Amino acid sequence: MSFTQFVFFVFAAVAVLSAAAVITLRNPVHAVLSLVLTFFSTAALWLLAEAEFLGITLVLVYVGAVMVLFLFVVMMLDINIARMREGFARYLPFGLVVALIMGAELVLYVLSRAPDVAPPAPAAAGYSNTQALGEALYTQYLYPFEIAAAILLVSIIAAIALTLRRRPDTKYLNPAEQIRVRRAERVRLVKMKSES
Amino acid sequence: MIPLEHYLVFGAILFALSVAGIFLNRKNLIVLLMCIELMLLAVNTNFIAFSHQLGDMAGQVFVFFILTVAAAEAAIGLAILVVLFRNRRSINVDDLDSLKG
Repeated sequence: MSFTQFVFFVFAAVAVLSAAAVITLRNPVHAVLSLVLTFFSTAALWLLAEAEFLGITLVLVYVGAVMVLFLFVVMMLDINIARMREGFARYLPFGLVVALIMGAELVLYVLSRAPDVAPPAPAAAGYSNTQALGEALYTQYLYPFEIAAAILLVSIIAAIALTLRRRPDTKYLNPAEQIRVRRAERVRLVKMKSES
Repeated sequence: MIPLEHYLVFGAILFALSVAGIFLNRKNLIVLLMCIELMLLAVNTNFIAFSHQLGDMAGQVFVFFILTVAAAEAAIGLAILVVLFRNRRSINVDDLDSLKG
């Protein structure tokens, strides 16, 4: 077993164990943190498969943004953990059986076909994954790339529109009215007699 | 180098775990969302393994788009969750039966 394979097995074991923790841990905050560990270990596996750009992107974008968003929401909501766990033991046997059968089938199929493929050759010395991905993305896949940008924009607008609310008791300024205001509405000159 | 089947077996295990998670945590919407993220991760790992094996960039471009859509999905899903909690004071799946489906 080469050192690369050893590294692969270490990270794969960490990822699988933390994924198991995600689905079994009682506290949602702990589950999110285990999910972060899963993503991080999987990013290392992607690096081993010479997908450097996506590996770094997974850590920066997913762990850095999406998982922190999850963490925010989990911590913001006041969740009744005990009620959430109802049915966990009841569904445990069924879920485990289905997952075991599905996983075993997938693994069996993969292993039955495994001898047909040769291990991939390592990339050449001057190969840049980021450059290759960028060239594919900005030439052949340019329109899908633009659509992805539009999807992100739409999701930003949707998320803001969903969570925005106007409380009736909030005081706020209306900029249009503020600009349109005239002197006469604010200042009143009063004529008074001078006092002796 | 690491052979293809290692990655595929890893992806299969991750996928099966996330399916089990959906069965086990069917009351908890947040964990359901996290299981979907795990599933997408398993699929992405397969894409990257095949991209590496075949020397084809298309797989990694696909992963790029899946990451984009998954981020959008997580953002909107969590926004819906927050609105839901604001209105019902609960994110238990059992409380969300007002449609009587």
